[in-house]
Amino acid sequence: MAVDRTAPPIQIIGLGKKFGELEVLKGIDMQVNAGEVVCVIGPSGSGKSTLLRCVNRLEEPTSGRILIEGVDMTDPDVDIDRLRTRIGMVFQHFNLFPHLTVLDNLTIAQRKVLKRSKHEAREIAVANLERVGLIDKIDEYPNRLSGGQQQRVAIARALSMKPDMMLFDEPTSALDPELIGEVLDVMRRLAQDGMTMMVVTHEMGFAREVADRVVFMDGGVIVEEGPPKDVLSNPKHERTRRFLSMIL
Amino acid sequence: MTPRQRQRAIRGSLYVLLIAAVAAALLFADWASIQRNFFRWDIAVEMFPEVLTRFAVNTLIYTLVAFVLGLVLALILALMRLSPVGPYRWVATAYVEFFRSVPALVTILLVNFGIPLAFGRRVPGGLLGIAAVGLGIVAAAYMAETIRAGIEAVPRGQMEAARSLGMRPSQAMFSIILPQAFRIIIPPLTNEFVLLIKDTSLLFVVGTTPLTRELTKFGRDTMQTLGNATPMVVAAFIYLVITLPLTYLVRRLEKRGARGR
Ligand SMILES: Nc1ncnc2c1ncn2[C@@H]1O[C@H](COP(=O)(O)OP(=O)(O)O)[C@@H](O)[C@H]1O
Ligand SMILES: [Mg+2]
Repeated sequence: MAVDRTAPPIQIIGLGKKFGELEVLKGIDMQVNAGEVVCVIGPSGSGKSTLLRCVNRLEEPTSGRILIEGVDMTDPDVDIDRLRTRIGMVFQHFNLFPHLTVLDNLTIAQRKVLKRSKHEAREIAVANLERVGLIDKIDEYPNRLSGGQQQRVAIARALSMKPDMMLFDEPTSALDPELIGEVLDVMRRLAQDGMTMMVVTHEMGFAREVADRVVFMDGGVIVEEGPPKDVLSNPKHERTRRFLSMIL
Repeated sequence: MTPRQRQRAIRGSLYVLLIAAVAAALLFADWASIQRNFFRWDIAVEMFPEVLTRFAVNTLIYTLVAFVLGLVLALILALMRLSPVGPYRWVATAYVEFFRSVPALVTILLVNFGIPLAFGRRVPGGLLGIAAVGLGIVAAAYMAETIRAGIEAVPRGQMEAARSLGMRPSQAMFSIILPQAFRIIIPPLTNEFVLLIKDTSLLFVVGTTPLTRELTKFGRDTMQTLGNATPMVVAAFIYLVITLPLTYLVRRLEKRGARGR
């Protein structure tokens, strides 16, 4: 399984997904290039989460292919666990491990999956906690942190695997309004540092400012995509316009 | 009568009833005989310290080996019940249903008499082995359901987060899911331990030697030798001393768990 760093990090080809009779994704084609930030927007139930979860195969696609750095993620013979270490994932509800300290949340997969030494895993964890500004919480348990802090720890946890790309599924939707900013700040800096990012979000300000491209989804298809100033300020499609007028 | 007055009247008559019952018991019971037959201080004193150092200890050892074996078996069964492979699920379900439906006494007898017939050799470890296997098999059936419920109580996002970090299913299960599941089910597992303490009293059916007896058998033998019930009362008291702190602990843990969520 040769990882081809010149291949685009994420290539989605004709992706379809059904839950039983319900067809949630109806042929999605899209690509995320190295260092690019793509924001996926769209109404609730349009299949944004499903799309993101298919990328690291938390959901099994029904049809189509997903290439991660040129490697077919949907190939049954692929080492899925190995490939997932290349893809950081951040969830709406953080999903920190509540029985582990912040440090252990950041080191457990480094140790067990990447077989890094205790010392190295700790160094990397410390560096990433500094990156999200939470080094003083290193020995806390997750339930002692605010939602915003928990999400920043979750981002640091994903970064500790040194992934080549990051997936975010509505990372600020479960947060109190006053805590959203600190998480978006971390993500903005991550984007400036050149991380490849695919972000499902309702934060139009963030999308406008940070995204290289915005993808608007509705009813399991991509309706429209392009630079934020086109899609967000000057949408071509009626459905996009209606969606934007509803949330703004 | 207002509702409040009626409530008071009911309360009052309940008290009267209780006092009457106690008075009748005091009046009609033969207290001298009860004291003579159940509470002979000299007999009770004579039982110590062996009743503690040997027979209570035996009870606890039998409980412990049964619990440990039961727990390991239960974990395997719980994972089988959650397996995507059908036959694993069916076997585990059949096991759980069978051993929960059959009296523990029957299982113990089957283990004691059946295993030598089926395998040409006795369960190793004597009574300790019978305790571990016979009672462990039964306890596993109950604990398997408890563990499965615990695993299912861990939010799905935990498994997803672990898998998205590249952990294999088994790594995620053992380092992320099970530690949380066991924290959730400490109260019911402690309950199971208490039930097991009491179930060791069934071991007498397979035959014991004077030194391998547990509390109940020792109490009963002594009772029959002396023609006096005091030894049984002492045995009951010791069960109480062992199990009450545990049940109290369970209640504390359950309260804490309820608050924690
Ligand atoms: N595991 C599942 N089983 C059945 N239906 C699902 C499942 N996950 C999502 N769906 C359905 O798929 C549709 C798209 O869901 P989702 O991808 O979560 O949308 P979005 O993230 O855009 O709100 C919804 O109708 C949802 O009910
Ligand atoms: Mg969603």
